[in-house]
Formats: sequence, C-alpha cells, structure tokens
Amino acid sequence: MRKRHFWPWVWVVLGLLYFFVPLIATFDFSLRARKGVLSFDAYANVFDDTFFYQSFTFSLQAALLTIVISALLIVPTVYWVQLRVPRLRPVVEFVTLLPFVVPAVVLVFGLIRTYSSTLLNSRAGGYSLLVASYVVLSFPYMYRAIDTGLRAIDVRTLTEAAQSLGASWATILLRVIFPNVRIALLSGAFLSFAIVMGEYTIASLLAQPAFGPYMNLKASSAVYEPSALAILSFGLTWGTVALIQFLGRGAPGQTQLGGVR
Amino acid sequence: MAFLDLKNVRKGFAQSVAVENFNLEVERGEFISFLGPSGCGKTTTLRMIAGFETPTSGTIRINGADVTGMPPNRRNVGMVFQSYALFPNMTVADNIGFGLKVARKPAGEIAARVEEMLRTVHLPEFGARYPYQLSGGQQQRVALARALAIQPQVLLLDEPLSALDAKIRVSLRNEIRSIQRQLGITTIYVTHDQEEALSLSDRIVVMSNGRIEQIGTPFEIYNFPTTRFVASFVGTLNVLSAHVASAAEGRLTIDGQEIRASKPLGDVGAGQPINLALRPEIISIDGAADSVPNSTNRLAGTVEDVMFLGPTVRVRVRFGEQALQFDEVNNPHLNPPARGQQITVSFPPEACLILGNA
Amino acid sequence: MSQLVQADTRDAPGMPAAAPRRSWAWLGVLPFFLFALAFLLLPAASIAINSFFDEAGNFTLANIAGLAQPFILNSYISSIRLSFVTALAGGIFGFLVAYAVTIGGLPGFLRAFLLTFSGIASNFAGVPLAFAFISTLGRLGLITVLLRSGLGVDLYRLGFNLYSFWGLTLTYTYFQLPLMILIMAPALDGLKREWREASENLGATNWQYWRYVALPILLPSLLGTTILLFGNAFGAQATAYALTGGQGNLVTILISAQISGDALHNPGLGNALALGMVFVMIVCIGAYTWLQRKTARWLRS
Repeated sequence: MRKRHFWPWVWVVLGLLYFFVPLIATFDFSLRARKGVLSFDAYANVFDDTFFYQSFTFSLQAALLTIVISALLIVPTVYWVQLRVPRLRPVVEFVTLLPFVVPAVVLVFGLIRTYSSTLLNSRAGGYSLLVASYVVLSFPYMYRAIDTGLRAIDVRTLTEAAQSLGASWATILLRVIFPNVRIALLSGAFLSFAIVMGEYTIASLLAQPAFGPYMNLKASSAVYEPSALAILSFGLTWGTVALIQFLGRGAPGQTQLGGVR
Repeated sequence: MAFLDLKNVRKGFAQSVAVENFNLEVERGEFISFLGPSGCGKTTTLRMIAGFETPTSGTIRINGADVTGMPPNRRNVGMVFQSYALFPNMTVADNIGFGLKVARKPAGEIAARVEEMLRTVHLPEFGARYPYQLSGGQQQRVALARALAIQPQVLLLDEPLSALDAKIRVSLRNEIRSIQRQLGITTIYVTHDQEEALSLSDRIVVMSNGRIEQIGTPFEIYNFPTTRFVASFVGTLNVLSAHVASAAEGRLTIDGQEIRASKPLGDVGAGQPINLALRPEIISIDGAADSVPNSTNRLAGTVEDVMFLGPTVRVRVRFGEQALQFDEVNNPHLNPPARGQQITVSFPPEACLILGNA
Repeated sequence: MSQLVQADTRDAPGMPAAAPRRSWAWLGVLPFFLFALAFLLLPAASIAINSFFDEAGNFTLANIAGLAQPFILNSYISSIRLSFVTALAGGIFGFLVAYAVTIGGLPGFLRAFLLTFSGIASNFAGVPLAFAFISTLGRLGLITVLLRSGLGVDLYRLGFNLYSFWGLTLTYTYFQLPLMILIMAPALDGLKREWREASENLGATNWQYWRYVALPILLPSLLGTTILLFGNAFGAQATAYALTGGQGNLVTILISAQISGDALHNPGLGNALALGMVFVMIVCIGAYTWLQRKTARWLRS
C-alpha cells in the first residue's frame, strides 16, 4: 500500500510547491517595503494611489459592460439556435471559438487596422473598441456556459409547455428560460469578469487607462508595490473563481478554463 | 477434490461484512449460478475468485492450488463484465487476442486462436471492427470470446446480460450455455434474475446478506426451498401464516379453515403460528367438487382482484386477514371469476411448503 | 433582447404569415452575427487580405516572403520553441499531477483542492504572474536570495536568467500546468475500473495495462490537450511583455511593437506576421478538434 502511493504523493507535492512557492515569495516580497520589518506599507501605498482607483474602476466598468453586452448577444442567440435554427449551430459554435484561433494581440491588431481612421479618432471610439474586443474574448466562455446550461434543461419542451399554457414570448424568456440558465449565465459572467480585470494586451495597445496597463506601469516606478498588486490580483481571481465554483456546485454549464496570457 | 473450492471465505469491509461463512465445492465443468438481490455478496464472492478482492479469511483453491492471495493476472481465470469492458482503442481481434499478446505468444498462434474464438461466438467477420461499431449483444459476445481465448481454468460471468434487451438476453443466454457445454469449462455466473439462474445452471447458490441461503439444483431450489428467503426470492410465492392443529398429523388452520400438509410439521405444539408457502401455479379453482380426490385441501374466500395476463389469468382471493394469489390457464370458453365472487380454491397436501415458525 | 422579441412576433402563432414562416427564423441570430462580423470577422479578414497587398493596393506576395527575414523567422522559432517546451513540460507534469489526484489513490480533499486551485491558477496570468515570478526568481526574488545566502548557490552566476528562455518557460508553465490538470482529470476519471480489471484478468501486468490500454485510450486527449497548451502559449503576450519589458523576441511582442510604432516600417509585413500566427493557431485547433472527435468516438460505446 505504502509503495503504491509513493509516486502520486511525489507529483502532488511537487505540483503544490510549484503552485505555492511563487505566491508565498510574492507575498513575502510585498511585505518588505519598510526596511528590516514586515509591514503592509506596500499595500497602503497602493491604496493611497489615485491611479489605482481610477484604473480599477475603469476596468470594473468595462467588465460590467462586457458582461451585459455579451449576455444580451449570447443568451438569445443560443436560445434561438436551439429552438428554431439548429442548422446554424455549427456556424455559431465556429464563430464563438474563433477568439481561440485569433490571439488577443492579433485581434487588436486587426481592429486597429480596420478602425484606425473611424472609431479610433475619438476617446469614446477607443473605449467602445476595448469593450467590443472584450465581448469577443468572452464569447467562448459565455457561449459554452450558456449552451450547456440551456441544453441541460431541454429548451424546446419547456418552451412548448409554456406556450401550451398560454405564456407570451416575453414571459417565456423572462420567467421560464432565464431563471433556468441563471447559474450558467453567472458562471460565464464571472469568468469574463476575471479575464477583463487583469487584461493587459488589448488595453495597452488601445492606450486605455485600464488596470492591466496600470499594474505594468507600476513595475517601472516602484519596487514592492507590484508584488502587492500581484497578490491583490490573485485574490480577485481567487474570489471570482471561488464564486463560480460555489454557484456551479452540481449545476450544468460551468466553465473554468482560460484567461488572457 | 473439487475443482474450485471455497472454504470458510469471509470478506469484511470497514464497517460491514460483505460475505461470511462461504463454503462451496464446484466440480470440473459445472455451471454454477450465484443468485440473490443486489448487495447480497454474490459479486464480491466472484471478485474474490477473480482476485480483485482478497478474502479477510478463508481459502480459495483452483484445481488444488491455493490462489487466495495470488494477484489476478496470475490466476488464469476468465471474466466477463456487466459493462462488457472491451478496450475501446482496440479492434475486436485485438481485444480477443489481448490475453495471448501479454503472455507473449507468437503472432501466428494468436491469430489462429482469435479466428477460432470469433467462430465460437458466431462473429467470424467482425475481427477488424471496433467495439463502438457493435451492438451491446455483439460486444458481450466479444467479451466472452476474449475471456475464453486464454483458455481459463474457470470462467466468471458478472451479470453479463443485464445491460441487454430482453430478447437478446434470452438468445445470448442459450448461446453462453451451449458454448460452456461445448468447452466443458467450469463456470460461475452471477445474476439477480431467477429465470436466468434456473434455466442455465447445474446448481444454484442462493445468497442473501452475505450468506449462502441454499445450494441446490434449479429443481430443488424452486420446488423445495429450505428458507423463507429462497422461497420468496425464487419464483412468486404465497406465504400464509397458519396455526398448527396437530403437528404429527400435519394438520393446520388458516383463517379457521383446516388443511393438511403431506408431512408432519415437526416439533411444534398445537396452536403455534407457522409459515406456509404455496406456489401460485399449483392452486386451482375448485370447479367440480367430485373430480378431485377427497384429500385435496380446500379454502373458501372472496375474489379480490382479477388480472388478465394473456396466457394466464391471475386471481387474488382473500381469506380474512390474508390473501392468496394464483394463476389460472386462460380458457376462452370459460368466464374468469368476477371480483367479489365467493369461490373455493384447492391444492394438494404435497404443495404445502412449511417454512418454520413465523 | 429586443431584437429577439421583434423577430419572434413574426413567427408568433396567429400572426398572418406574409412569407414562408421558416425564412425569418435566422433573423433571431442577426445581432450576434453583426457584432461578430464587425469586431471579429472583419478585422481577421482584413489581416488576411491585406497580407497580400502592398501599400499602393497591388497584389503581392512580398509580405509573405518577408516573413523569411532572419529576425522574423527567429521570433517565430522562439515562439514555437517556447510554446512547445512549455506545452510539453506543462503537459507531462500536469498529467502526472492529474493522475495522482484522480486514480493515484490519494485522499479526496487533495483532488478537490488541486482542481479548485487549478481553476484559479489557469486564470492567473499576464502582468501579475510576471510579478510573482520576479518576486520568486528575479535577482532579488525569494528563492534566488535564499539559495545565495543559504546554500551559496548564485543562480544568476550559474547562467540562469528569469528574463531568458528558461525563465519564460518556468513562468508560462504556471498557467499551462493547471490547464492540463483541469482537462486531464476528467479524462483520467473516464478510465473505467473494468478496463484495468479486464486487463489484469487476462494476465497483463500493470506496465502492460498502461502500455496497451490506458495510454492508448488517453493518447488523443493527451496529445490534443498538449496542442491546446501549445496554442495557449503561442498566443500569449502580456506575461512575456511584462517579464521582459517588451524586449523578448517573440511573435506576439513583435506584433505589439509593430502596432505601437510600426517597428517593421512596413504595414503589409505586420499583416503577414499576424496572419502567420493565425495560421499556426488554425493548425493547432484543427489538430485538437480532430483528436477530440477520435476520443469521443471511442468512448461512445
């Protein structure tokens, strides 16, 4: 018995070390802002920085907008595809998987090339391009979450049952379909949230004052604060993923892969 | 000495006992079924013979050799699983030849053996296919061929038919039996289906709660169950509680009506409660009073329910607190009894199975 | 949602159908496709098309041919090398960890903990991840300092550099490993106990079971996931950018330099560079999908 479990233990311990040593090191580093003693000075400095709040709320706003737009685009589309135009399913699936094929840096390159003389000429235009590309990035996660969520409840039968009871389309969507995919929707939304909050590539190339570029900028001007930011950022991801898993206990439509590298 | 010999086998898990006091001697070439409800220990016992579980105590011998602690890959025991367990990445031929391949047999010998096995299970053209291209029945035949290809000393089948359709179940059942006869291989067959056990086996081991209830031929098990569990699990059975009138004369009363058994009731005093079992097929409606011998038992009661089943009509008759169910052969020229009708049913004294004290 | 409701009314029972009913159903998915067209398909198509035109608008293959310049070729090679090594490292290591927590017979809480943590770690990338590794293995990082003061081993004098290839490899593996664990754990759970038992029953040793049964069954998902990891690393930009300060010689970094300052001094070449990335990704995803189907087919029965 002992011998059989030797190697599994070795792999797990190695894995845990690899996962946790950088976190511990970062945390340790973030506490060394004051010479000779451990302190939370670096965190205090971060929270004192107005740019921290500005960039954080900027990204928060962009994330919420992304989630709302993505949900408004994806939920009706998935519902409609399952119910009425199943032959379009492969096409929709293909489009939602495209963001995997087109790396973020390529996507933003294409967007800039396409809209350099139109949308990018205004502040609002740059912001809407940012949100639009985040919506595109969220497609694979949103689609997969909602598609599995809807598939699990047999939309067609539910819709027909509601119709036979005399429900209108608005009632069906709001009272029957939406409550049943709420968890799937939330897990897709939180995942999109986690992706957008730390996103760097697109925001920096579109020159948007988002949280990702702020963190990177901080690296060149401060020593300990970046570590504190990394810990805060990890905490944010942890909280978001914990929420997804808490919501998704046993429910269909969870996805938890991904992120922006 | 028996070919397969289990002595005092016991298997305990952390909190519970799965198998206890299991003793069985199987002769070479015998077909034995382990019959019982789920959780009765029959599969655990089979897995101990295969080597997937180690008995807590007791010994298992195959052909004289003690295999109790031997790892499964050295036992040369073939096993067929309920879920087929074919290797999905291999063709049918590779599946069947797997045991020979890992034993490093020459390729030519493997190919010949695989051909032979495919013919045995009537799938001669299927060697190049993959499991996912086969129906459930075909997959299970391949699994059987795979288990037989290594020429095992004992063949173990763990509910091999329970995942299949009713029709295929019956035909494959007959095929398994004919292949087993043809090869003369010692076989243990685990099932919860009494019809399978009765139709296939040389002997049946009826199990319940980790213990053997009764070992016997299908004829013995069905007609002369020794415990109340066997009587009720094998076939459908009416169990009535009766009171002893005279143990020596075999007389007893049900709901105040006296009947007799063919044998003395043993050491029980008059007035004591006793369990009486009656097979439904042996009871009939007492139509013409003079056509049956006088010794026949009669019970008068009220028809409570009538169910038309096609070849038979199932009737339930109530006597006071208790009810009795029996089957009448369907006769289109006679009307079946009606609900609420007063009738008398009859059965011979030999049909009375005494199951001991209630 | 308003678009959908509008489209619905055309089909609602009782409405006079002017045209054949079915012909309007696709309208329900129109908003989605319009959005995808504007912000995904059009930009992608513009890259593909502009790769074949010069600044004057004439068809040319010069942009594609320009990819053969040594510094561009080198950036592709180091991107591919980095992606390949991290996919392999994350793949093998991740498989072993996934094996340990699924069928390795370890306590159940480890499995729950490691899978949850992998969900987090696979999302922990980009700038903060770079910071974490700088704090660990940078010149002032915890491990670097501990090794130097404790054991007298100076990593940097031994030739290690976090901002070099192997430093990037170590950092990238942080998001590769958990992705592998997350995808392989269900695949390993899918190995039926009966397969092992059947194989033992037929006389196979543990090694023969892995060699002939378990690994071949897992191979498509192992390969497929490794390819996915490859693409995952290949498209990554933020982590490398934050770690190397934009000095790394990777395709993604070259493209971002081209965007922010036309570093190539040739817009057409930039398009071709991006197209090349998409091409590599298409090959990856195609291979992944093919392998995925193969496994699904096997496991259907």
